[in-house]
Amino acid sequence: MAQGSGDQRAVGIADPEESSPNMIVYCKIEDIITKMQDDKTGGVPIRTVKSFLSKIPSVVTGTDIVQWLMKNLSIEDPVEAIHLGSLIAAQGYIFPISDHVLTMKDDGTFYRFQAPYFWPSNCWEPENTDYAIYLCKRTMQNKARLELADYEAENLARLQRAFARKWEFIFMQAEAQVKIDRKKDKTERKILDSQERAFWDVHRPVPGCVNTTEMDIRKCRRLKNPQKVKKSVYGVTEESQSQSPVHVLSQPIRKTTKEDIRKQITFLNAQIDRHCLKMSKVAESLIAYTEQYMEYDPLITPAEPSNPWISDDVALWDIEMSKEPSQQRVKRWGFSFDEILKDQVGRDQFLRFLESEFSSENLRFWLAVQDLKKQPLQDVARRVEEIWQEFLAPGAPSAINLDSHSYEITSQNVKDGGRYTFEDAQEHIYKLMKSDSYARFLRSNAYQDLLLAKKKVWLL
Amino acid sequence: MCDQTFLVNVFGSCDKCFKQRALRPVFKKSQQLSYCSTCAEIMATEGLHENETLASLKSEAESLKGKLEEERAKLHDVELHQVAERVEALGQFVMKTRRTLKGHGNKVLCMDWCKDKRRIVSSSQEHAVTMPCTWVMACAYAPSGCAIACGGLDNKCSVYPLTFDKNENMAAKKKSVAMHTNYLSACSFTNSDMQILTASGDGTCALWDVESGQLLQSFHGHGADVLCLDLAPSETGNTFVSGGCDKKAMVWDMRSGQCVQAFETHESDINSVRYYPSGDAFASGSDDATCRLYDLRADREVAIYSKESIIFGASSVDFSLSGRLLFAGYNDYTINVWDVLKGSRVSILFGHENRVSTLRVSPDGTAFCSGSWDHTLRVRDAFLFSCV
Repeated sequence: MAQGSGDQRAVGIADPEESSPNMIVYCKIEDIITKMQDDKTGGVPIRTVKSFLSKIPSVVTGTDIVQWLMKNLSIEDPVEAIHLGSLIAAQGYIFPISDHVLTMKDDGTFYRFQAPYFWPSNCWEPENTDYAIYLCKRTMQNKARLELADYEAENLARLQRAFARKWEFIFMQAEAQVKIDRKKDKTERKILDSQERAFWDVHRPVPGCVNTTEMDIRKCRRLKNPQKVKKSVYGVTEESQSQSPVHVLSQPIRKTTKEDIRKQITFLNAQIDRHCLKMSKVAESLIAYTEQYMEYDPLITPAEPSNPWISDDVALWDIEMSKEPSQQRVKRWGFSFDEILKDQVGRDQFLRFLESEFSSENLRFWLAVQDLKKQPLQDVARRVEEIWQEFLAPGAPSAINLDSHSYEITSQNVKDGGRYTFEDAQEHIYKLMKSDSYARFLRSNAYQDLLLAKKKVWLL
Repeated sequence: MCDQTFLVNVFGSCDKCFKQRALRPVFKKSQQLSYCSTCAEIMATEGLHENETLASLKSEAESLKGKLEEERAKLHDVELHQVAERVEALGQFVMKTRRTLKGHGNKVLCMDWCKDKRRIVSSSQEHAVTMPCTWVMACAYAPSGCAIACGGLDNKCSVYPLTFDKNENMAAKKKSVAMHTNYLSACSFTNSDMQILTASGDGTCALWDVESGQLLQSFHGHGADVLCLDLAPSETGNTFVSGGCDKKAMVWDMRSGQCVQAFETHESDINSVRYYPSGDAFASGSDDATCRLYDLRADREVAIYSKESIIFGASSVDFSLSGRLLFAGYNDYTINVWDVLKGSRVSILFGHENRVSTLRVSPDGTAFCSGSWDHTLRVRDAFLFSCV
């Protein structure tokens, strides 16, 4: 193997942002792994274990790892610690010495730590040629522990077919690797062999296991050196080594211009001028909102009559579709003006109330403007004109009452006829309704009777 | 009537451009000259920029940032979780999977609920209808429930009208609406079937008219890929929030295209943003393994949801109806449920066998659905046992 002996420090991982999109996680895992192996500060007990006539060097039990994780990462539930241990194994930092499947068990199963040379943070993307060399090498050695598993034998057969032309080259490389390996100390070899196998368990996982080397495709562009030919595990350099299809050319980084910074300065000045609330006030507001709505939150307060997902009974949804609102729903209309506007039935009731007071034009205007904003572009101009004629033009049938300033702005906007023509007017009418009509509606008999379930809803 | 000042106009040859114009006095290094109004304007702006180098601008920006932080810190009188100590603790949650939707044959990258609270669209399927998109990273249900928008590596967002006639070819009726110069990461209909908001790997967001495919507004400001967006829940609101690979969350005015607020406290990509139900705050999930709550009125981060044992990135977040619970899906295959007010974790959910890539609470809050790289979608609900 093309590596030095012992505990080689991983090749420079300078900026966690660079290279692999998973780098930030790798750094955290490496931190954990390093602490775990540090016997001066309460690391796990790594021992050589006697087994039959041989020794098993440098192992730690699953239980010890799980215990360590619980203690050092403040994990209360062993299930969580086992899950985290399994993930660290699946990423390739720890492995069971007697299994290709990279998972963690809370028992006496033996695990070993991966060599930094093989750490995922080195951005390995080993080619099939490397894998072929590895499998081929394994068949050349007469050790029972190195026998190929079924899926490995299948892989080898497939690779032999695929690389038929250059199999001689691969065979030679495998022989060379075997020669290098033979020169190493027996115990060291045991450890290195297992680490090498664990490496391939990550990059060529057992069928059915998660391939943790898969990357989020949206983040692949930030891989460094997209054009660089990938390095070989066994130091094989070959012209026909392909580039990763995943290494798409990264976008040229746009440099920050003076204009960008000027915009930023304008933005920052605007933020400094912004009037903000104190945290204590904000906290009170968030708490109050949540407390008010908790009885409506089906994941906290069981829904009445039942949650359809639990009971398989859609009664809840049928009731909501009907025109008869429950007391609970009516109560909600009183929480805020937005609540009654959001609810179709609430809106209708409010409209009826306004009609009885001969002031429904405000709500109808508000609804018309909401509708305008939903229109396709080509219909906008026409709708603007219609709204103007209906609500604002001199002699309009449903004239709304706007102050002169707002009226000025609106009549100017109408000339351009865009989607946001009536924004200013809508805001005024909204505030007017909220402080006046809505407040009176809540005090009205119509609403109170509904709230106390004395009467049914007003129908058309 | 306001006071009117009368300007005496002197006509003559401008000292700069020599054209015959109305002139005004201008002082340059204590020398009085006569410039026409155009040259005077140019001089005014140039004068401002004369001594500005990139470095001096940068240092000005830095000092403003410092001042802004100072101002905000003055209002940071207490922590949310401290005030929330008086709030009753939630009991034990038992979350059960009610439906597991298998058989995609593909990683589930995104999903959305229909407003009817029952149907789901995901990157590979809607109901039993197979989506005709490949490499779909974003999908959304139209408010009417009659159409779906989706897109991804094709750099586009396309709208498909829904039909339950299995003989009809969905792809034939496809309408390309949005065109970006890089992958589409997120899309959402506004409160109408007629407009779509998109976010892209090209660093921009955009608002489109569905019928004509016309760009109505674009939003520039992120320094890298935009990965997510969410529309404000208000009836009258015209804002949305976006999160990107530049670690920033930005709040935008849809009418003007301007960024109105920005938050930069995450240490890595922001994968997901979602408004708190009142619209006054929003949560974010990031590759830095934390979720955070930002309040718009305080213009500040008000809570962090993290644990030493959570080291994998959060890919997707959503609130329960009351905003008390924050559900977050992670790249370690789990879902963590957080108490938004107290900042503590309420529950951890296992079950998925690969990364959780997407998570949404249903429109009426009765359940939540998670999608994963393990090719499945799981719909779950909760039982709450109160503390006795």
